[in-house]
This record gives sequence, structure tokens and C-alpha cells, in this order.
Amino acid sequence: MKTALSIIFFFHFLPLTAQISISGHVTDNKNKALRGVSVALKNTYDGATTDSTGHYSFSTDEKGEQQLEATISGYYAISQKIVLGPTPVTLNLSMKEQITELKAVVISAGSFEASDKNKGAVLSDIDIVTTPSANGDVTSAFKSLPGTQQVGESEGLFVRGGTATESKIFMDGNLVNNFFYSSTPGIATRGRFNPFLFKGTVFSTGGYSALYGQALSSALILESKDLPEKTEADLGISVVGVGGGIQHLSKDKKSSWGVSVNYTNLWLAFNVIKQKQDFFQVPLAKQADANFRIKTKNGGFIKYYGYVSTNKTGFRSRDIDSAVLKDAFSINNINTYQNISWKDRIGNGWKVNTGISFSTNKDDIVNEMQDADNRKFTGTNPLLNYKNFNLLNKARYAQARVVFEKKLFGLNAIRFGTDYFYSNEKSTYTLYDGTKFTQQVNDHLLAAFAETDIYVTNNLAAKIGSRLEHSTIVDKWNIAPRISLAYKVGANSQASFAYGIFYQNPERKYLPGLAGLDYSRASHYIFQYSKQTKDYTLRTELFYKKYSNLYKTDSSIGGREIAANNNGYGDAKGIEFFWRDKKTIKNVDYWLSYSYLNTKRDFLNYPTAIQPSFAATHTAAFVFKRFFLPLKTQFNLSYNFATGRPYYRIAKNANDKYVITDAGKTINYNSMSFSVNWLPNIGKKDARTFTVWVLGVTNVLGQNIVYNYNYSYDGSRKEAVTPPSKRFVFIGCFLSFGIDRTQDAINNNL
Amino acid sequence: MKQLFISAFVLLTAVASFAQSEKFTAAMKKNLAAMDTGFKNPPELLNVANNFERIANAEKNQWLPYYYAAFCQVNYGFMEQDKDKIDSYADKATELIAKADSLSPNNSEISCIKSMIASCHMMVNPMQRWQEYGQESNSNMEVAMQQDATNPRPYFLKGQGLKYTPEQFGGGCKTAKPQLQTALDRYATFKPASDISPNWGKERTESLIKDCK
Repeated sequence: MKTALSIIFFFHFLPLTAQISISGHVTDNKNKALRGVSVALKNTYDGATTDSTGHYSFSTDEKGEQQLEATISGYYAISQKIVLGPTPVTLNLSMKEQITELKAVVISAGSFEASDKNKGAVLSDIDIVTTPSANGDVTSAFKSLPGTQQVGESEGLFVRGGTATESKIFMDGNLVNNFFYSSTPGIATRGRFNPFLFKGTVFSTGGYSALYGQALSSALILESKDLPEKTEADLGISVVGVGGGIQHLSKDKKSSWGVSVNYTNLWLAFNVIKQKQDFFQVPLAKQADANFRIKTKNGGFIKYYGYVSTNKTGFRSRDIDSAVLKDAFSINNINTYQNISWKDRIGNGWKVNTGISFSTNKDDIVNEMQDADNRKFTGTNPLLNYKNFNLLNKARYAQARVVFEKKLFGLNAIRFGTDYFYSNEKSTYTLYDGTKFTQQVNDHLLAAFAETDIYVTNNLAAKIGSRLEHSTIVDKWNIAPRISLAYKVGANSQASFAYGIFYQNPERKYLPGLAGLDYSRASHYIFQYSKQTKDYTLRTELFYKKYSNLYKTDSSIGGREIAANNNGYGDAKGIEFFWRDKKTIKNVDYWLSYSYLNTKRDFLNYPTAIQPSFAATHTAAFVFKRFFLPLKTQFNLSYNFATGRPYYRIAKNANDKYVITDAGKTINYNSMSFSVNWLPNIGKKDARTFTVWVLGVTNVLGQNIVYNYNYSYDGSRKEAVTPPSKRFVFIGCFLSFGIDRTQDAINNNL
Repeated sequence: MKQLFISAFVLLTAVASFAQSEKFTAAMKKNLAAMDTGFKNPPELLNVANNFERIANAEKNQWLPYYYAAFCQVNYGFMEQDKDKIDSYADKATELIAKADSLSPNNSEISCIKSMIASCHMMVNPMQRWQEYGQESNSNMEVAMQQDATNPRPYFLKGQGLKYTPEQFGGGCKTAKPQLQTALDRYATFKPASDISPNWGKERTESLIKDCK
């Protein structure tokens, strides 16, 4: 018993016998003191946390060989063997910073990101639908960002001196060929895609990744949503039509499906708001879409989205070449689109991202000369007779794509893959006398690309890639290197640089062209400085873009303009600013953008390098949003400005050479738009239905807008191209059932 | 002799384990006291969090030190002024509470911390994160209520959340008070399992009710 007692005593008093102190300093790899590092002996309570000078100190009863551990989030943990003897231990440690997405610099030169998650995001997805000048159109919202033109006479994004055809749109990696409703003369059409389909968009105004190609100026990359949060149904009624749909989420929250239908008819709106054109067929569209999304066991997704859509419109406008006649234009369109993609982890740090898309498009265009009584006019003047025609375009497109990605150490990664596009476009042009011209253009475009992300430190990163392409139209290979660098200058600020070469095939409407055509080519040089916190964003970009091998066109035997050679060239340089502030004024969120553009190009039938008619020198936009909590109402205002754009009459002279016979500059572009969203159910937690009322007015002040001028055939007359009506008023009510959309509204407005 | 040896051995192991648990309780108590002062001096709160984490890592099968380490981290997150840093504390708390959860599954107190972590993430950008984290915070509160109907803390957290939600969104004193009152009633009868078991929130509940008067 005595022994036992003495053992107890022994144990009890042992701790007092020999405490050893351990102390030291902890620094990072730049020799800066690290605060908050936990330094401890493994498997004991003994340890301490470093103070603001990086100092730690503690005592221990442990003896002999021990493991000393130092940990702090954001740094690689250290474990070091120490031997505890009778003397105090001093041990200084140096810790290496982990490269993490949270801290690492974002490679952002040339791109604007709209999403909720990524820290590089400039806009959220809801910003797109609440920008009043955009009227809920995905691409129009990007016109409030620097780099884009306020072009309203035709659809698409005109970026940094490039045409709309130089901007391509991709959904889940696949090219979308007919993103917009078919073109109508002088009126910009909307995109076919609902902004709520997408969880994130990246709008690149230059220097984009080697994963994408065939766009000289810009890429708009859309990523569709994953699973919906709940099962819901929604219904929308507005002055332009009705639509509804359901999204069903499975019980296990692993898969979902959805369908929706939309019917658009502008009869009511056009009866109330006088249109410049005389519509004998008001714009009418029907669309049905379906989707499914399946979450795989590795956290990947299989996604399908597809639609069938038809639309038609027809209007008369005064014919510019004759005193009394009218041009009656009508179009019937059927468009289908299917896109299925699979994104997954396949083990060992490898990811696969693959997809197939298939789409068809049919445009049936009829143009007729009509007399004062809207009867078909057939005279003897061949010039007027040529305006009686039919044009039938049928197109089929298919794409298959696979990208592999391997995550390496830290955030470093390599990515490579291949893309195959097939397109078949057939057009039949029927003249007034029944003569038919049929053309068919086939293209097989094969691309291979590879890219690597290199994170040297959290402060320095590079993306280096290259793309190889072969198109059967051009029948040549091209190789396009792309490089971007990003360097973190301060805690919230960074400088970036991007360089790249971009190639593009001739525009389809100028094909088939003459033999021996090559790709058009653009080189981008972009320098960016940005500073971003949760409340403010400041971005400025300086760019230089050099075009070479642009297409020159000439008229062919049938009077058609076709691609003739690659002798065109041009350049664009400028500076852009973007400022967004969500904090200074309470409940107010506003942004400002300004772009300066200096560009000249010689392409199509231009006689020499001139400032193109779609490019304004100065462009600015201001968007202001304010939420009034007591009224449960949000007010949005946007103001868009651009200096006048040049316009030209280009015609052949006696020597069969194109010359400018007349030129001028339009008035400045000014347009203010306004919208109000009223959310009466906001905050009612038990409400089953959520309602949003929307009132939107474009060009509130009724300012004169002139986009361009059209010339009569002989050049004796010119006519301003203006919007079809001064203002447009949109009133709508959107209901959703089963899910409290209040959250969306609060998200957007708090 | 043999008997003596056995009894000595039994006694010795008993004493050793008693000493061990005494050491654990003492260390916990010491840090719980430090935690209380840490609320007035935030950097100290991180030291305490690290102390708890050390105890947790050494013990390996005690959920309480992981629980308190997470509690300190998430509270530090709430006090952090730099919004860009808040997420890292919430992430650290998530990592710690997951370990507590695996040692003591289906624990109402642990669900409370999960709810707080979600609220902390939400605080970084309420307008954008409400939908994701607001829902997560609420559902964890509900789970905590179901797991232990006598626990006052989920009611306290719910009441506190409502108090700071604008009236237009269904918050404010009017909706907060019944929850806080429920919390207070439960605090009156709540007996912590031990003197190192979770037993916080009562004073705060009282002061919130006072604010609403």
C-alpha cells in the first residue's frame, strides 16, 4: 500500500519537477511576423498562439523527443521534431503560404464576370435583369459595361471596334449559332435565351482563353444553372405576351427537370405605341423549351437544354428609291437548339467536360414592292424589281467538344481538348422573274487547344495557352497563342496583362467567296488595373488591337457581295473605365462606365481605312438602382451616351472602284431608361405566391436617336435609321408558386 | 504481494485516468474563463480557440473542445471588421464543428454552431448570400430545436436573428420577442450536463428583450 501511495505521490509531484520553456518567432516566407499561429506539442495541451510580433512562448512538462506543430489557415502546416532536455528551447519557424482561390490573384484582363460566387465578378446575375436599358435581354445588359457600342439598328455586341459577328456566344462550352432572333432590317432583335437560365456569365472584351475561338473581338461565355433550389411553377403576363413553366426538383435533390412555354405577341403594344413601320404581321413568337439536370455521384453534372421556337414578323416601310412605293418585308423563322453536356471528376485530379450541341435554323424571307394600296408592284424598272424577292435560308449546325483538366499542385492546372464544328448552310434566292440562285456552304472546323494555369505565388499567376484550328472553307491551319498574367499589387488591387492572336472565318453571308481566302486575324494587347472590395469596383483597361487579313468584298455576277480577298486591315486602341459603388449612398447601387475608342479599318467594300459606321469615339453609361424598403419597390435608372457615329455612302465609280461619295456623322446618342419593380409579397414568410410587377420605359425623355443613315440607290437621298418607336413601355406581372421568390428580391436589394 | 500489486495497479490506472480527466476539466475551465474575457478582447478569443483546438487534438474523443474552438472562431468571425476575412473564420469553424459532430452526432448544441456559421457567412454580403446561407442557418436552428426541445439556444439564435432583420422582411422586435421569451423560459429550467457543458446566451437574451421594451 505504501508503494501505491508513493506511486501516486510520484505522479502527483512529477509535474512540478522540471518545466521547460519553448519560445520563438514565426514568420512567413517574406520574413514578416505572423500573428495567430498555433504552436503546440503534438498530442499535448501545451502550446501557445503567436502575438502580433509573431512571438510565442509556453512551458511544458514533456520530455525527450516530441513533435512541434505550427498551424494557421492559409499556410502549410509545419511539424518539426524537437528533443526536450533540461535547457529552454528557442525555435524560430518560417511558414509557407498556401495558394488558395480565396487569396490568389484572379486572371481577369479583358473580362467581366457576372455571377454570385466568384470574387472576380463585377455584376451579379440579377443585375442583368434589373438594368432598365436592357429590358431583360442578356446581351443588352453588357452594353452598360465599357468596351461595347450603343448600336441599336442591329443585334449583337460590337466590341472595341469589332463588328457583331466578331463576338461569339457560348453556352456550357458550346457555340450558340442563332443566339438572337433572325435579323430584320433596321431593328435590333432580342436574344432567345432567358437570363435566369444562367448562373454565371463571363463577358470577355478581348484576350480570352484558348478554349474558345473564331471570334476576333469578344466571347460571351454562359454557364447554365445547376439544380433549382425547390420545385416551383411560374407564370408571367405582360403587354408583350404570356409564358409559364415548371421546374421540378427530385426528392433526393439529385436531379431536376423543367419545361416552359412562351407566347409573344406585340399586337397590343404596337396598337398603343405607334411604330414607324406599318406592321401587317406584328411580331409573333412561340417557344417551348425543356431541360434536365442530373447530379452525378462525384459531384458532376449532366445537363440538357433544348428548345423549339418559331417567330414571324412583317412590316412595310417607305421605299427609299421611289416616291410612292413601299417595301414590305416579312420573315418566318423556325429555330431548334439542343445542348447536352457532362462535367465530372474522373479520379486522380482529372476532370472531364464534354458536350454535344445540335441546332437548325430556317428563315423564309419575302420582300415585296407594294403600291399605295399595299398591292404587289411589278414595273419595268429593274432596280425596283430586284426588290421583289424570296430568300430561303436553311442551316444545320453540330458541335462536339471534350476538355480534360488536371489539377496540379495548389491551383495549378492543365487543360486540353478538342472541338469539332459542323455547319451546313443552304440558301435559295428567287428573283422577281423566278430565277433561282442556290448556294450551299459546308464547313468542318476542327480545333485542338491546350492551356495551363500557373500560380507562382498568391500574387502572381499566368495562363498560357494555344489553339490550333483547321476549317475546310479556308483549308489552312492556324495557330493562336494566348497569354495572360496577373499580379497582385495590393490587398484589393491587381494589374493584369493579356496578349493573344485570334482568327475567324469569313462571314457566311459573303460565302462562297473567291478562291484562296485566308482567316482574318486580330492581335490583342490589354493592360488592366483593378481594385475591388465588397463594396466598390474600379477597373481601367488600356488596349491595342491590330487587325490583319480582314475580308474585302466585291460584287459577284448575281449582284451579290462576296468575300474577294484578305487585303483588309485595321486597328483599335482605347482606354476604358468602370466604377461601381454599392456603399456610399445607402440603399443605392450605381455604376459608371466610359470608353474611349480610336479605330480605323479597311474591310468589306471600304475604299480605305476609315472609322467604321458602328464605332463611336466616346461611349458612356450610368446605371443607378435604389430600393425603397417601406414601398417594397425598386427604382432603376440608366443613361446611355455615345458621340455621333460616322456614316458613309460607298459606291462604285466609273472605274469600277469603291469610293465614298457622301459621308457625315450622326447626332450624339442619348437615351435614358427607367424601370420600377414592385414586390408586394416581400417579407411575407408564409406567402405561397410571389409576385413581381414590372414597369419599364425606354428613352423616357423621348430624345432623338439616329443610329445611321441609309442612302437611296443613286445616292440622291438619305434617310435616318431610327428606332421603330420613340419609347417603349413594358408592363408585366410575374408570379411564382411554391417558392418564396422574396429571397431573390432581398438578395438583390438589401 | 500479488494482491497488493494488482490493487496498486488498479488504483494506479484509476488515479491516472482520474488525473487525466481532472487535467482535462481544469484546462477546459481555465479556457472557458478566458473565453468570457475574450469577448471583450477579440484577439484573445483566437488564442482561446487555438487552446481549445490543442486540447481537442490531444484528447481526440472529446467533442466539447472542438465545439468551443468552433464557437470562438465563429464569434471572432462575427467581430471581424474586414469583410474579406470573415469567410476564413467561418470555414475554420466549419472544419472544427465537423469533428465535434463526428464525435457526438445528432447534438442540438452542435446544430446551433452550424446555424451561427451560416449566419456568419451570410454577413459578408447579406444581399447576395441570403438565399443560400439564410436558409442553411434557419434549417440548422430548426434541427437544433428538434434534437433537444429543452435547449434554449436555438430559440435565442432565432430571436436574435429576427431582431436584426428589417421589419419589412418579417423581422423586428414584434416577431423576435416571442422567440426570445421562449428562450428565456427554457434558460430558467435548463441544466447543463456538466460544468463545462454549453451554457451561454442567457444574459444576451435578457438584454435583447430589454432592448425590445
